Amino acid sequence: MENNVLLQMEDVWVERPGAEVLRGVDLTVRRGEVHALLGLNGSGKTSLALTLMGAGGYRLARGRILFEDRDITSLGVTERAKLGLTLAWQEPARFEGLLVADYLALGMEEPERARIEEALEAVALAPMAYMGRVVDTALSGGERKRIELAAVYAMRPRLAVLDEPDSGIDVLCLEDIMALVQRMAVAGTSVLMITHRDEMAEVADTASLMCAGAIINTGTPAEVREYFAQRCRPHEDQLGSQPWGDEAGGTYRRVISEGDVR
Amino acid sequence: MSEHAPTGPKSVLQQRDPAWAREFEAMMQAYEQAGGRSDVLRVPRIASAVISGNRVLAANSTEGVSIEAEELENGVRALITVAPDTKVDYPVHLCFGVIPKEGLQEIVSEFEIGEGAEVGFLAHCTFPNAVDVKHVMDAKIHVGKNATMRYSEGHYHGDMGGVEVLPTTRAQVDEGGWLETEFDLVHGRVGRLAIDFEVDVAAGGVVELVTKANGSAEDEIGVNEIVRLNGEGARGLTKTRVAVRDEAVSEIYTTAEGNAPGAVGHMDCTEIVRGAAVACNVPTVVVRDDRARVTHEAAIGSVNRKELETLMARGLDEDEAVDIIIRGMLG
Repeated sequence: MENNVLLQMEDVWVERPGAEVLRGVDLTVRRGEVHALLGLNGSGKTSLALTLMGAGGYRLARGRILFEDRDITSLGVTERAKLGLTLAWQEPARFEGLLVADYLALGMEEPERARIEEALEAVALAPMAYMGRVVDTALSGGERKRIELAAVYAMRPRLAVLDEPDSGIDVLCLEDIMALVQRMAVAGTSVLMITHRDEMAEVADTASLMCAGAIINTGTPAEVREYFAQRCRPHEDQLGSQPWGDEAGGTYRRVISEGDVR
Repeated sequence: MSEHAPTGPKSVLQQRDPAWAREFEAMMQAYEQAGGRSDVLRVPRIASAVISGNRVLAANSTEGVSIEAEELENGVRALITVAPDTKVDYPVHLCFGVIPKEGLQEIVSEFEIGEGAEVGFLAHCTFPNAVDVKHVMDAKIHVGKNATMRYSEGHYHGDMGGVEVLPTTRAQVDEGGWLETEFDLVHGRVGRLAIDFEVDVAAGGVVELVTKANGSAEDEIGVNEIVRLNGEGARGLTKTRVAVRDEAVSEIYTTAEGNAPGAVGHMDCTEIVRGAAVACNVPTVVVRDDRARVTHEAAIGSVNRKELETLMARGLDEDEAVDIIIRGMLG
């Protein structure tokens, strides 16, 4: 493994009841890198995120995951988190009775009020207005989303997997989230960011394109967008939102084996 | 009447008897264990009552808030009246307890909240040494027209599990009235708890009943709540949060009746089960008017997986994460 490689997924296959959600994923995230993960709905991005975190039901059928040269394939969620890997869920959980300040402090080795305040400010939430609030239904979905991102930022992990950090966030605040991702990288956190937005992908150093449970292209964000526009869209036009599904008559197999859809 | 009974309840500041002082001090220690602040009971402008076993150790009425207490053979009868249109700035503090290991305490209480009045109650019930203690509450509540009553009751039962708590309440909320109650039994063992609460709500009235309990070992938790939304636009909510582990058992029965146009009721129950514990929830929905609406939701069983994994992704182990989720739910 290269010295600057933080995370490596090697030929990762994951089965869920009734479906193979990851089909031979190969992915590398380097230290200090912001890596965007792109792909159509249902292509397996969230499954990849949950698999990385070791979430229940996402055990590997084949392959392995290396994190800082260590094989973490068999480790549970807590062990992975203790090694410095964490996840901001696409739809954050609600916690009855748990205060925002306490929630942010959970991931910090030595909780500090100043760091909690800094994390809230980083997601454009006023600390005094939010620290004493409860992470439950009294907060809007967008507020919970930002608090989830603040919790990950406060934790200072080695790798933060952000599942659509921009979804549910009003467009006016998108720049705050982009700035947050950059702050994470500056603070030493590598970021694997799932997104559908071009603006968000522009923040990334590298991008990978997922399709039908596999990574089919990796490069700069511009290169990957170009690849998608040139090679994938024609099939999308013909087949709708699942260009590489079974109805593609075997096209999917060629995508995986040849890295091409034509 | 007990031989120690005062001729009439006195405020804390009027007491001089050393025996009284010892018992009062013991109650105050227990009161603080139950989450109360004993210094508040010495503040003249705050209405309060301290009842130990069948003794009324202190009772302090304030302007617009009258507390009359009478000692019975095994308990106390109390009449608490809030005059119409009285806005009570500080919650009325009530402290009930049994300090010895064994005993029976029967509290017969009546709350009369006058029209347009607003008042809060903070009650703490403490049985820190209980091995065989029975605490029976028989309460009547009348919330007058456009009046508001908020009643919060916290319990501390020690670690022996030797307490039976049997509260029965019959309440009436008049037109435009508002009644909120919260019952917390989340520290120490439960022992046996059997809540029986029935309330009738008139037009435009609101009732919210919140119950939280944390059972372990062989604790038994029983809740039976009936909310009858009888008047037009009446609203009612029952919210139950229970955690049981070991061999503990929880049975929650809630009924909401929508009996008038625009009546809206909802029942919300969450019970987290660990180990060999057993929990059940039986909601009953009755609607007698086609313009009323009653709903219910329940989540019984293990801790929500997503909540658990979110906390574990911050580095907490599973047990720590479960404790935080339960503490939050019962907090």
